[in-house]
Amino acid sequence: MSELAITVIGRDRPGIVADVAEVLARLGANLTDSTMTRLRGHFAMTLICVGPAAAEAEAALAPLAADGQLLATVRAVVPDAEQTSSGAPYVLAVHGADRMGIVAAMTRVLAEAGGNVTDLSTRLAGALYVVLAEVDLPPDVAAQVTARLAATAADLGVEVTLRPADPDLL
Amino acid sequence: MNREERAGLGDWTLDVLGPPGQVRPVVSAPAAVLSRAGGEVDPTAEQTVRLAADLVATMRVAPGCVGLAAPQIGVGARVFAVDVTGHPKAGIGHGAFVLCNAVVVEASRWKAGREGCMSVPDLTGDVKRAGHLVVEGALPGSGATVRLVTNAFEARALQHEIDHCAGLLFLDRVAGAHAVYQRKVYL
Repeated sequence: MSELAITVIGRDRPGIVADVAEVLARLGANLTDSTMTRLRGHFAMTLICVGPAAAEAEAALAPLAADGQLLATVRAVVPDAEQTSSGAPYVLAVHGADRMGIVAAMTRVLAEAGGNVTDLSTRLAGALYVVLAEVDLPPDVAAQVTARLAATAADLGVEVTLRPADPDLL
Repeated sequence: MNREERAGLGDWTLDVLGPPGQVRPVVSAPAAVLSRAGGEVDPTAEQTVRLAADLVATMRVAPGCVGLAAPQIGVGARVFAVDVTGHPKAGIGHGAFVLCNAVVVEASRWKAGREGCMSVPDLTGDVKRAGHLVVEGALPGSGATVRLVTNAFEARALQHEIDHCAGLLFLDRVAGAHAVYQRKVYL
């Protein structure tokens, strides 16, 4: 059984998910983790599936991309053991006027402290740019990271907050 | 200044603010005034009373607006208006009122809920807020310090407005990477 990482992106229209999922189902590919979302009028799918060989999946998806409206990529990946995080989860929120390099500068601060971004989304709403990230931080670095994020945010003219993620479970 | 502490608003009504205030333009993020902590005000000052009247007037003309803080009309001051009257999610409600220099003194029964903001017109977000809240603040005009015990939607609105007065937006408190949503646009 091979594990595949597949991305599909293209101008949004009804039926992209159905078309792609149908092709994969016919090949006997089992979707495991995925995100599928609309980004400014483009529809983006990123998924991991288990089953067919990469070349097989690529060939099966090719007709969907034939009209040039969708771009599909397939690559075989090595199945990973379930990752265990030793860090504590935090939520980073950044907002301010849109400008180059906000995500780069803020995530560099996290990376330099050994923080691992597990989820991130950005939104541009008019002139307002918003970055939200979930990040696992190693023990005892939160205070230092908070100070460095604040300094970086001040340089960029944006606002930043870093808070422990809510641990509540229902 | 009358510093007598009362439960609830006592006999305070919007009439204390005198003639209707001016409708002021609402500031949208990103704007520096929304991210700076507002200054403490003298609740008995004529300027504060006029600001309070302007907040009420501006809140009233915006459909669905249940609260408005001074930074949202460009004034870096710890003053806000709230009115959740008739809102389906409201429990306890104190009607329309304005508070100055308000602080949260008790917060419990935390619950996630969706919030919007006139200063972030295109987005909404999931934010955890206390569903039971005790707030202390001063009433504009009389300057009386009051202690308000509230819950549900009014509690959420008060926390949102007190955040504005501290230079915080709901965006600073959203629950995770996917807890902000584009407002639906119906063409």
